[in-house]
Amino acid sequence: MLPSSARLGASGTPGAEAGAAPRGSGLSLLWSELRVLFGRRRTWALLLALAAIPVLVAVAVRISSTVPPGRGPAFLDRITQNGLFVAFTAMLVSVPLFLPLTVGVVAGDTIAGEANMGTLRYLLVAPTGRVRLLLVKYAGALAFCLAAPVTVGLAGAAIGAALFPVGPVTLLSGDVIEAPEAALRILLIAAYLSVSLAGLSAIGLFLSTLTVVPVGAMAATVVVSVVSQVLDQLPQLEWLHPWLFSHYWLGFGDLLRQPVLWDSFASNALLQAGYVAVFGALAYGRFVTKDVLS
Amino acid sequence: MTGAAGGRGSRAYGLTIETQGLTKRFGQQLAVNDINLAVPPGAVFGFLGPNGSGKTTTIRMLLGLAAASAGTVRLLGMDMPGKFQEVLPHVGALVEGPAFYPFLSGTANLHRLDAATRHAAPATRKARVSEALERVGLGHAAGKRVHAYSLGMKQRLGIANALLSPRELLVLDEPTNGLDPQGTREVRNLVRSLAADGTTVFVSSHLLAEVEQICTHAAVMSAGRLVAQGPLPELRRSGTTGIRLVTPDTGAAMDVLARLGLFPELAAAQSDGGVVTAALAGNPAPEEIVAHLVEAGVRVRGFAVERESLEDRFVALTGEGFDVAQ
Repeated sequence: MLPSSARLGASGTPGAEAGAAPRGSGLSLLWSELRVLFGRRRTWALLLALAAIPVLVAVAVRISSTVPPGRGPAFLDRITQNGLFVAFTAMLVSVPLFLPLTVGVVAGDTIAGEANMGTLRYLLVAPTGRVRLLLVKYAGALAFCLAAPVTVGLAGAAIGAALFPVGPVTLLSGDVIEAPEAALRILLIAAYLSVSLAGLSAIGLFLSTLTVVPVGAMAATVVVSVVSQVLDQLPQLEWLHPWLFSHYWLGFGDLLRQPVLWDSFASNALLQAGYVAVFGALAYGRFVTKDVLS
Repeated sequence: MTGAAGGRGSRAYGLTIETQGLTKRFGQQLAVNDINLAVPPGAVFGFLGPNGSGKTTTIRMLLGLAAASAGTVRLLGMDMPGKFQEVLPHVGALVEGPAFYPFLSGTANLHRLDAATRHAAPATRKARVSEALERVGLGHAAGKRVHAYSLGMKQRLGIANALLSPRELLVLDEPTNGLDPQGTREVRNLVRSLAADGTTVFVSSHLLAEVEQICTHAAVMSAGRLVAQGPLPELRRSGTTGIRLVTPDTGAAMDVLARLGLFPELAAAQSDGGVVTAALAGNPAPEEIVAHLVEAGVRVRGFAVERESLEDRFVALTGEGFDVAQ
């Protein structure tokens, strides 16, 4: 029933008039975005899929009695002696495809997903400024970039500790660190990977403003990441390599030295910041003038 | 700045919606062609037209979702889309059907959209959301995922979203789409009660009867153009009236009417008589017509003066009737 009662909201909210000065609830939408993103089954499915990678690695190593040294991904042969290496292995394995894939899904969905559901028009007439919405959407994608490598790392450490002995870790520089510090290094690498994915997220955000078909933007983002990595493999294009956003993706080995070498971290961060600036600007240019017709 | 609840009596603007030369071009096609809308404060304004006549495109431009190719829009006396931050918090909208996150509950959806409004007070959000849900009769389904809602329930939720804050203007695009007759009546009552509180309501519809029942003003779109606009009584008045005569002596009746200078038509013929209609142009007066008929021995079983229905009028205006525009 729709009782013809007094004006809705007119009661009890005298200070709630929209004419009042902004009440600093700018974070409201960000909070809501994070809740929607991480409350969604799809996001959990993506994170679970990522968590399955170290589990697969660990179980495979556990049931096959011996791993011949020097074969398979780096660190693989060290797992039986130290479970923490499951985390390092899994993070290494997930860099080329699995992390870009999941990030592509989330970043490609940002604007196109809202447009596809039709909720974009309601967010805009709420009103949410377009710039604000773009920023919040990108922040949400970044939050996922943070969560994804952490999930791989933590799941790896957990399953490794469950199936194998855990002890001091020998670093690439030959130094030995204790297990708690090694756990810290796992988080450090996760942070490195998060930064690595920031550029790809910005590309995904831009692609997402071009279409109302989220799957299209997702696929395009993943394709872009694959293309970038392929180009990075071609020696003929060596001049291009430092400019590819995937160039430093596997460069986190320096974080496994004592003392930590921050060079690649810094170069990576700078490169990613460049991509964020360029594709953020493109997304802005496209989205602010876009007719929302879906 | 006009306060939402308090400032109603002291509106600082003349027209709630005012467009000048508003035009939208998609490639070669003119979707909206040079329209000048004028919606006075407090009106319940019916925005009519066949499907595809440019109603929704116009609404998108009013709300700043699409940019106008030419012309200006002023809402609540302020320029759109330039002042959207000041204007839109006072505007509730249902645009081209409801749209929600299917994986969230009705309540969570409204919380999300309210959080998107920068000025909406978080402290009162919960109360406002549940009040809005109650108001559209969704209190019982508030916790259900929208995924499980029927079309009518989604439509109600869309209206609840438009009512989350006190509004000066409600823009409702086809608000009764997908609603059962009961729901349609509820929406009509809701619009009436909102209008009684002073909210200006802009309802687009291709269903004329609906608009006729609740609106004070109306405008008619046809193929991107605004072909009529004004208070409803005025629009009605410009239509023609006619007579409708039930008699067994149809032939004689038509002779009499023709002699009086009318152009009678046999609207329905049965074995024991029929219905004769004729347009009325002022002279002679209806009572004189009856006198002439009786004098001529025509057995008058029924006689009525009928105003051309608004629908006839609008079909005349839009040409193609309420079908899809070409």
